[in-house]
Amino acid sequence: MIQYITRRMFMAIPVLFGILLVTFALARLIPGDPCRAILGEKATDAVCERFIHERGLDKPIPVQFGVYLKEIIRGDFGRSIRYSLPVTRLLVERLPTTVELSFAALTLSLIIGIPLGIISAVRHNSWIDVLTMMWANAGVSMPVFWLGLMLAYIFSLVLKDTPFWLPPSGRVSPGISTAAFYDVWGLSVYGQGLGVAILNFLSRLNILNAILSGNWKLLGDSIKHLILPAVALSTIPMALIARMTRSSMLEVLGQDYIRTARAKGLAKRMVILKHAFRNSLLPLVTVIGLSLGSLLGGAVLTETIFGLSGLGRTLYDAITARDYVIVQSFTVVIAIFFVILNLIVDVSYAYLDPRIKLD
Amino acid sequence: MACETHLTRVWLILVSNEVERVVTKNNAAPLLEIKHLKTHFFTEDGVVRAVDGVDLQVFPGEVVGLVGESGCGKSVTSLSIMQLISAPGKIVAGEITFEGQNLLELSEKEMMKIRGDRISMIFQQPQTSLNPVFQAGDQVAEVFRIHQKLQDEEAWEQAVELFRMVGIPAPERRAKSYPHEMSGGMAQRVMIAMALALRPNLLVADEPTTALDVTIQAQIIQLIQDLRKEVGAAVILITHDLGVVAEMAERVAVMYAGQIVEMTDVISLFDKTFHPYTQGLIGSIPVLGKVKERLEVIPGSVPNLVDLPPGCRFAPRCRARMEYGLDLCTKVEPQLIEYQPGHQVRCWLYQDTEEYKAPLKDRG
Repeated sequence: MIQYITRRMFMAIPVLFGILLVTFALARLIPGDPCRAILGEKATDAVCERFIHERGLDKPIPVQFGVYLKEIIRGDFGRSIRYSLPVTRLLVERLPTTVELSFAALTLSLIIGIPLGIISAVRHNSWIDVLTMMWANAGVSMPVFWLGLMLAYIFSLVLKDTPFWLPPSGRVSPGISTAAFYDVWGLSVYGQGLGVAILNFLSRLNILNAILSGNWKLLGDSIKHLILPAVALSTIPMALIARMTRSSMLEVLGQDYIRTARAKGLAKRMVILKHAFRNSLLPLVTVIGLSLGSLLGGAVLTETIFGLSGLGRTLYDAITARDYVIVQSFTVVIAIFFVILNLIVDVSYAYLDPRIKLD
Repeated sequence: MACETHLTRVWLILVSNEVERVVTKNNAAPLLEIKHLKTHFFTEDGVVRAVDGVDLQVFPGEVVGLVGESGCGKSVTSLSIMQLISAPGKIVAGEITFEGQNLLELSEKEMMKIRGDRISMIFQQPQTSLNPVFQAGDQVAEVFRIHQKLQDEEAWEQAVELFRMVGIPAPERRAKSYPHEMSGGMAQRVMIAMALALRPNLLVADEPTTALDVTIQAQIIQLIQDLRKEVGAAVILITHDLGVVAEMAERVAVMYAGQIVEMTDVISLFDKTFHPYTQGLIGSIPVLGKVKERLEVIPGSVPNLVDLPPGCRFAPRCRARMEYGLDLCTKVEPQLIEYQPGHQVRCWLYQDTEEYKAPLKDRG
């Protein structure tokens, strides 16, 4: 198993190299140059020349790529052209927003999508099945920006001054302490190292931080802020998961071993939850893995509507500003997520189905 | 085995087992009594009358063979007994009395207690009948956990013990195997272990050897024979293999298109076959020493169960009908009558009515 994982890690290197190459090239293919995009149309040629030179953008493109690769290997993502900040710091600041949102959306799609899928498979062709599938079709084709705006409109404006009011933007209300858990615990965390970056990252996952530091006010407030964007973001994966659960369950329910389980005297409920569900998980795991990947990378619209500066939003802004460094690094980070998620999916296959051997 | 043909094997078995057989058990109360069972499937193409008026009795400890072509309703009959017919199928009429209880009147909860405990079942495809993601031992242990509320460890020990009983080598290790790591024969042994775990009074074996190699078939038949004696279970043996029937069954019911057409003890079935369909079945077995250009075949095919012919369901394929020039067959359905003691047949060759004289009535 460990051997397999190590080998897969090595196999990921060419994949990541390819991604680096493509994003590097694509970013530079976008018309316009970073100087004018960042400093404005009126920047003089002299100013721009200096701007470009300072950031090493006047070197031949292959040389730039070489320098970039060398830095990446050393673990340095470089500095943002626009903010002049280390990209690592931007990641630590912005990634938590996206991670929290994605996991909330995924959890929501799982706890609603899977039971709905199971019920519609078991009650195949009943009204509940028809209704669920109609709803799932609507969910798949729902434009997120429209749904997001509608949700914000209903819960923030129409339901204002009712207990159902929900905040339309941001992650926490002003005035609520977001003190990091390690500060609350009295640990002193300073410096630039990876460990500090990770602690920093964790402390910015508001819900986790609230639980770790026992800050219940923050917990409630964060959840309240998370509900609307999570609901908006979860519609598509939820619908996909519901449909996948249904079709995979339907197939499994027709198998011989389901009849055997019933003939043993097992209750129908147990047969479905134990014998059938375990077997129908396999295709589902793939969908969940891919959904989480695209949630992490593709929450641009949701993040924009709900005023969250996460990964997607930052990436979008970076593209408009021709901030090559951010575009490259964030894309690589998203690619790494996909590689890791795929590995997790493959490993869990072997765990879920004894017929699959990893070697 | 290679040079021995099917029918001689059948006869050898019949003669050698004759002493052991108990031909009728009319004095005991039946363990299972099926009366006028009708199980229909309500499909888009119409109502499929898969089982259409089956009557069958099984006495304690006996082996009843249920024989017929694919699609004649034998499996649906067995699933009806277990009440495992799923939509669009439905038991529309009849009674299934088991140990004095009408199973059709029981609630699902009460039925669950009977399944796997007092009535259990083994299936045709042992490898796909076991759940691929659980260990074989765990699937057998589950029976003890459900019905006897045993703890995991105790149930597992019992399961390993059963593995030993059904002759699986290295039972402790094999119990940890997954179904895909087993051969068909071994998987069927696991299924048998699972079915006999709680010493049921009735075992329904739905084509238990059809998917197996010939050599393995013999082993599995022997195993079922030995264990059913030990456990004292009655067996309903569903098969299309007359060799298996001759080897195991005491009484045989022949099914055609959802109905029983002939029912008798196994010796009479081969000795004095009455129904033209049964005659056709037996005639299609090759006989050693008899040179034939072609084996006998029953012309035509099984009727569509949605749109059954009026009268006798076998009439369109029946040679005897042509031979004797009977008109009645295509108009009125014959009844299952006791033509000779313990020998029932459903055919106009043997059944008189007020204005009709059956041609073979007095020849039996």
